[in-house]
Amino acid sequence: MSGILNSSIGRKFAMALSALFLMIFLVMHVSINFTSVFSEELFNNLSHFMGTNPLIQGVMQPILIIGVIFHFVMGFVLEAKNKASRGVKYASNSAKDNSTWMSRNMLLTGVVVLAFLGLHMYDFWVHEMTVKYVEGDMSGLIDPNNADSGFRYYEELREKFVSPVRVGIYVVAFVLLALHLLHGFNSSFQSIGANNKYVKSLKGFSKVYSIGIPALFIFIAVFHHFTH
Amino acid sequence: MNLTLKIWRQKDANDKGKIVDYPVSNISPDMSFLEMLDVLNQELIEKGESPVAFDHDCREGICGTCSLYINGRAHGPQTKITACQLHMRSFKDGDTIYIEPWRAKAFPVVKDLIVDRSSFDRIQQAGGFISVNTSGNTQDANAIPIEKENADKAFDAATCIGCGACVASCKNSSAMLFVSAKVSQFALLPQGQVEATSRVLNMVKQMDEEGFGNCTNTGACEVECPKGISLENIARMNREYLAASLKG
Repeated sequence: MSGILNSSIGRKFAMALSALFLMIFLVMHVSINFTSVFSEELFNNLSHFMGTNPLIQGVMQPILIIGVIFHFVMGFVLEAKNKASRGVKYASNSAKDNSTWMSRNMLLTGVVVLAFLGLHMYDFWVHEMTVKYVEGDMSGLIDPNNADSGFRYYEELREKFVSPVRVGIYVVAFVLLALHLLHGFNSSFQSIGANNKYVKSLKGFSKVYSIGIPALFIFIAVFHHFTH
Repeated sequence: MNLTLKIWRQKDANDKGKIVDYPVSNISPDMSFLEMLDVLNQELIEKGESPVAFDHDCREGICGTCSLYINGRAHGPQTKITACQLHMRSFKDGDTIYIEPWRAKAFPVVKDLIVDRSSFDRIQQAGGFISVNTSGNTQDANAIPIEKENADKAFDAATCIGCGACVASCKNSSAMLFVSAKVSQFALLPQGQVEATSRVLNMVKQMDEEGFGNCTNTGACEVECPKGISLENIARMNREYLAASLKG
């Protein structure tokens, strides 16, 4: 068991587990965000619960952050090792004849998603951490001194999507995320050793997931932009 | 057919190497690709030049010796054949054809189009075998019942000829299709269970030490494999490895 992370297969397995964890997180994230399209109250209540529940804040959030960092760092480590394994490049190489663009460009799509995550963290997470843990305001209210002012989350979300540039960046980032998932979803199952008739039947679902989740995120951003 | 060949020439392992152009004419579409190279080499010898060194042996797609990267693909534009089974009718008159050696740090070029694939041998030696009692009381293999599906899958895995097209095609120069085929052909059979744990651990360890890259599941190896070895074998090897790691 010792040193499993030093082996090629061990690293693959760890990469796949972090990917599966992040894919489950995406489902939860988009589900909560989508409530903002039809119910301000539900979105506010869910956001407040997620932002103040000790289990989520103290346990799940650190696990998520570690998962994201691990996925990206391991991605870069594996890419560097793989590039070094080639040595001299081919003068002529028809990679498009035997593999998809998505499968060959996971680093590119991953880096764009990483850059987007920086913006996303700046937009929402840094602000949340500042309000809650620096300013000490855990109320979640628009005016912490006025209990009737209502939760601030919905308005803050809509405010972010006023800018067409930000919405444009979100759209591009989620298109790249879709391309990343189109290879990553099936790849993660293959890496954990799941390649059988049952997993093959997941291929259709993987396309629905990989396109559907990013499409929902895009829809939410565009919806709030045009209805603000 | 008249063709322009762009061939990788490299005097020895230490030479930098470069692509050299060779025009060839009067090539029959019925020639095999290697016969076309034989014609070129005959012309080069007659001119007093060094012939192009390339690996070949059986010339019937069994030995896995020929190892040419032709127009950007391992074994050329056709699928499920080796370079020796490729015929010139797959090309058009006037074509320019790139011919390069397998590219991988673990497959260093020896000369021109010949690479050193002894890293595959060392992986095999690390665990690609079973131990059989040959002292006179050897059990008849046919007396051991084996599920048909497993027997078929083991046979499919055993058709790997170790040519290295999987490594050559993979953007990461990963050898996982080859190693997984060698692991699978035993993992699927009762005869392979005795050494199952040490086999997969040792073969993967040797594969990593040889400097092959990691698999990112692009599937290029499966497409270019002349024997159609399935990616299912890599998933099986991953399972075998994780189970063996937990035991070991």
